Amino acid sequence: MSIKKPELRAVDSPNQPITQDAHEAADDARVGWEHFQQLMEEDKRVEPRDWMPEQYRKTLVRQVSQHAHSEIIGMQPEGNWISRAPSLKRKSVLMAKVQDEAGHGLYLYSAAETLGTSRDEMYQQLYTGKAKYSSIFNYPARTWADVGAIGWLVDGAAITNQVPLCRASYGPYGRAMVRVCKEESFHQRQGWEILYTLSHGTEEQKQMAQDAVDRTYGPALQMFGPPDGDSPNSQQSMAWNIKRFSNDDLRQRFVDMIVPQAEALGLTLPDPELKWNEERGHYDYADLDWDEFFSVVKGNGPLNHQRLAHYRAARDNGAWVREAAAAYAAKQADATRGSALLSA
Amino acid sequence: MNSAADFTSQDSATRISVGDAITPEGLGASSTPAPEETARYALLLGDDCLILAQRLGHWISRAPELEEDIALGNIALDLLGHARFLLTYAGSAWGKSEDDLAYFRSEEEFRSCRLVEQENGDFAQTIARQLLFSFYTHELYQRLIHSADSTLSAIADKALKEVDYHQDHAAQWLLRLGGGTEESSRRMQNGLEAVWPYLEELFADVEPTAELSKNDIAVLPSSLRENVLTRLTAIIEQAGLRVPDAKGALGADRSGRFSEHRGFILAEMQVLARQHPGATW
Ligand SMILES: [Fe+2]
Ligand SMILES: [Fe+2]
Repeated sequence: MSIKKPELRAVDSPNQPITQDAHEAADDARVGWEHFQQLMEEDKRVEPRDWMPEQYRKTLVRQVSQHAHSEIIGMQPEGNWISRAPSLKRKSVLMAKVQDEAGHGLYLYSAAETLGTSRDEMYQQLYTGKAKYSSIFNYPARTWADVGAIGWLVDGAAITNQVPLCRASYGPYGRAMVRVCKEESFHQRQGWEILYTLSHGTEEQKQMAQDAVDRTYGPALQMFGPPDGDSPNSQQSMAWNIKRFSNDDLRQRFVDMIVPQAEALGLTLPDPELKWNEERGHYDYADLDWDEFFSVVKGNGPLNHQRLAHYRAARDNGAWVREAAAAYAAKQADATRGSALLSA
Repeated sequence: MNSAADFTSQDSATRISVGDAITPEGLGASSTPAPEETARYALLLGDDCLILAQRLGHWISRAPELEEDIALGNIALDLLGHARFLLTYAGSAWGKSEDDLAYFRSEEEFRSCRLVEQENGDFAQTIARQLLFSFYTHELYQRLIHSADSTLSAIADKALKEVDYHQDHAAQWLLRLGGGTEESSRRMQNGLEAVWPYLEELFADVEPTAELSKNDIAVLPSSLRENVLTRLTAIIEQAGLRVPDAKGALGADRSGRFSEHRGFILAEMQVLARQHPGATW
């Protein structure tokens, strides 16, 4: 394992003159660094109170908040079908699912907050479009079958990505992932089951299912990120025990998982080159359209604008409610203080 | 992943389920069919819950705060659950499923009250609608637990535990918005004014409810009025707001004279199911 020794910064502002305090802080940092190093070597967990390199903290805040944003924006495509779900049971399952995603967002924002970035700050980053979220949610959920395809493939890819994250070196993140993964696996089953019902239904339903799978397959495979050669941050994340497997390894694992599942559905995956490679013990699959991927990441996907506008409208329309709740809480606190004084 | 039967789980961590002694599926399969008149009563109660769930579901991903996406989602899910029980039970009288009743009845055939059909409006108006409906159903289910019809009594028992939370959620927000900022207090008052004209309809002694109440199967709507109004008045005054003096809006008695909203609500809810009649989902 190669970890670049970070610059030791004793104080937040590098221009501050070295004082007695600063010397002590520098000593603390050195001890902290050695402790951190040891945790990495022994593959143990870093907790919020532990010293950690600034870059480690930044990487985590970025990853965890992006993950949280993805959960939140991810509520939109499926939320779009709550009002039109074709049976009351499906409506109920879908509502619970979208609500779960809000819960995942909450766990993850809380985990990121332990790294010293406030929820409001993260909201602001999403609001202004500075923060990224998973590109797959910039594609439209056109038909009911998309709800199935999203559950099966998107939640499926998420699980493949997230199961190893349950062992991520940062404690709060790993623990949040354990809870999230449990629910994602329900989501995947529910999605698969929607597609199974459709593919065994009428000709139109089967066509609807196939069409949704055709559209979702490529972007789902791209959820693991660019090919290993084009993924500059991956190496460092692996050295820090945040990431355990490379993008391509995870993608391969996912493809190997879904091929037999697609067969069980009676649907095809839209890749003529997909076939079992005896030698590798894996399925071979065709190159993905990475130009499109980067274009969507840059903001040019079919729905980037709509997703962000929806999010902004919710924040804007809710601003007066949040202000009122804060004002009310402050008044309550004042009243409590007042009565405590009176009774003292 | 081999058997489709394994894939029906609804488990979810954000959802707090209060007991599950009965399920809509179980109800459909096992219990004795509802008598005709009782079925019509169950349908009326169920339609209210279904339409309100449909309205509330729209808030998911649009709420003022992530916690409220979850809270409003929870309430919508509960209401949908109540609707499924009531519609399943109602359908047993006519050999119809909950989905037959939800997706293949026309505007004229729904029996929902106008209160639940009102638009979400801003968050305050949604809270006002929640306040009225949850206070009303709380009172209703508390009494319906003692129904001579054992299925209705069991449904009321399950629903009451959840409505308890709905009531609390609405009341807490009423207090916060009433006592928050000038803007929130103004909006909350406007919200109350917007929905208040539709409160009176809930207490109309329509049929078959009035007739069934003689045999202690249903709760006579007018007998709920005093308690509901007293409790609403108390909480509204506690929030520093005024009880609207609007009289009940004329024109509806759950007999097919409905709000202009109903058609749009149903058009959206039913569109996919009606495009594929006879299909399984
Ligand atoms: Fe999720
Ligand atoms: Fe999910």
